[in-house]
Amino acid sequence: MILRMEGVSKAFGGLRALDAVTFEVERGTIHAVIGPNGAGKTTLFSVISGEQRPESGRILFDGQDVTARPAHLRARAGLVRTFQLTRPFPALSVLDNVTVAAGAHLRTRKEAVAAATGTIERIGLGAYLSRPAGELPAAARKQLELARALALRPKVLLLDEVLAGLTPAEREPMITLLGELRAEGMTLVLVEHVMPAVMRLADRVLVLDRGSVLAEGEPAAIARDPRVVTAYLGEDSDDALA
Amino acid sequence: MNHLISRAGLGILVAVAVVAGAWARSGSGSVTAQAVLTGLLLGGVYALVAMGLTLIFGVLDIVNFAHGAFMTLGMYATALLATGAGLNPYLSLLVSVPLLFGLGYAVQRHLVSRTMGGSLAAQLLLTLGIAMLLENALLLAFSGDTRTVAVSFDTPLRVLGAVADLSRVLAFAGAMGLAGAVWLLLTRTRLGTAIRAVAANPEGASLVGLDVRRLHALTFAAGTACAGAAGTLVTPLVTVEPTAGELFNIIGFVVVVLGGLGSVPGAVAGGLIVGLTEQLGGIYLPGQSPLLAVFAVFVLVLLWRPQGLFGRPA
Ligand SMILES: Nc1ncnc2c1ncn2[C@@H]1O[C@H](COP(=O)(O)OP(=O)(O)O)[C@@H](O)[C@H]1O
Ligand SMILES: [Mg+2]
Repeated sequence: MILRMEGVSKAFGGLRALDAVTFEVERGTIHAVIGPNGAGKTTLFSVISGEQRPESGRILFDGQDVTARPAHLRARAGLVRTFQLTRPFPALSVLDNVTVAAGAHLRTRKEAVAAATGTIERIGLGAYLSRPAGELPAAARKQLELARALALRPKVLLLDEVLAGLTPAEREPMITLLGELRAEGMTLVLVEHVMPAVMRLADRVLVLDRGSVLAEGEPAAIARDPRVVTAYLGEDSDDALA
Repeated sequence: MNHLISRAGLGILVAVAVVAGAWARSGSGSVTAQAVLTGLLLGGVYALVAMGLTLIFGVLDIVNFAHGAFMTLGMYATALLATGAGLNPYLSLLVSVPLLFGLGYAVQRHLVSRTMGGSLAAQLLLTLGIAMLLENALLLAFSGDTRTVAVSFDTPLRVLGAVADLSRVLAFAGAMGLAGAVWLLLTRTRLGTAIRAVAANPEGASLVGLDVRRLHALTFAAGTACAGAAGTLVTPLVTVEPTAGELFNIIGFVVVVLGGLGSVPGAVAGGLIVGLTEQLGGIYLPGQSPLLAVFAVFVLVLLWRPQGLFGRPA
């Protein structure tokens, strides 16, 4: 077990975005988080990564209670997230964007640049190396978001809808990469709407609905769970389990 | 890159026309050359002052009205060490720069950090308050007496028919050297890359492991150290008194807005332009305050490019 949430709650005014959420993620697995829009998936990531503080509950990462730790220290310790709406440093080049992240573990800028270049090549962004991040097309911005996260050498990588907005052709290499990262021992938590990908990749699936855990289990069991199907059929047909 | 080259070309064209006009108006090549030389040398110091301001604005989003008072502290450090301990004024950089760096760090950490993301009015009151506090502390400690510091080895140098004191040339060279060092720090080091990342997106920065609070304090400290260094470099050229930095603060703001808020190359270009304008303005508008021409150019440039010379359109 590398990540554990214990009774974590977070409210915005009267709205309970997370309501006593408890779950565990095993080391070296891919854990998917699904749920209708507004279920609290992004808020879950914000609380785990430390941008937002929960009102109650504990977050354990790699054997330590990190509930009170500031966001930058969680990122340095290897608890890293990406954003659904990408947040690059727009004025900086792609290389500098990733170099900043690589610098968290390397002493000199030279070492950080070398590590960042390797990560960028691996993600397939080599052609954009010196372009300002603000000028990238949408798909490349998603890749940059991932490259920046990987440069931090995450132990647990929280990915918020990395496949959304990509064409099926652009999704394939991304899915392959996620599988490779797991094979290398990384733990991934994916918020994802693209169900075939979730079913193919995930070792376990957590279903959130209006801030609460609706179900948790292996993908095949979740797909058959009547409560899950009902929650989804109440939403857009896009979101229906495929 | 292309638009940078065409802008530089346009700038040189305008500069040549203005100098030619000044020559025609004064009827004297040496008067014009003197104005250009004096203007450029002074402009270098303005550039360093503005660089500190623009760094603080670009990274912390704070308009710092205490910058001139920090510069005054640099002047006093130099004046006291030169007159009290006989220290070479330029060697006193080794004192004024770390001193103002440390003071800037503490002021950001304990005072300015409280108004981060707050209203402009709160920031204005705070930094103006710090400025008044420093000025009055200096008044209390050293009274309103003015001081001057002479450079024993000062000597006039002849450059293209114009004359410049060695102390002016050294102020310019020192300011440009330090501006270059700040530029290298920002573009070539891990710390500089981190500072630029915080400027671009503070929320994203903490999630790539950057300690945004510490980087804000370091940036404010570096900007304040620029003010301290500028204070030391101008000490042989000015009368040192508690309000000596005020005019530099105002000119610094003009330079920062002219060059483009948050732009380091803009601060350098803007500083040189304002220095030149101030001196050549004396030829075009004899008998007027040198600042009149500066503000006229300021307004004209902003009408043409509201985001400043090197700024990004909003
Ligand atoms: N910063 C915020 N302030 C107020 N309400 C918020 C904030 N962030 C999220 N919410 C609300 O919390 C609920 C969960 O949002 P979110 O975590 O973004 O859901 P999801 O990612 O599952 O679509 C939504 O109702 C959303 O409107
Ligand atoms: Mg979301």
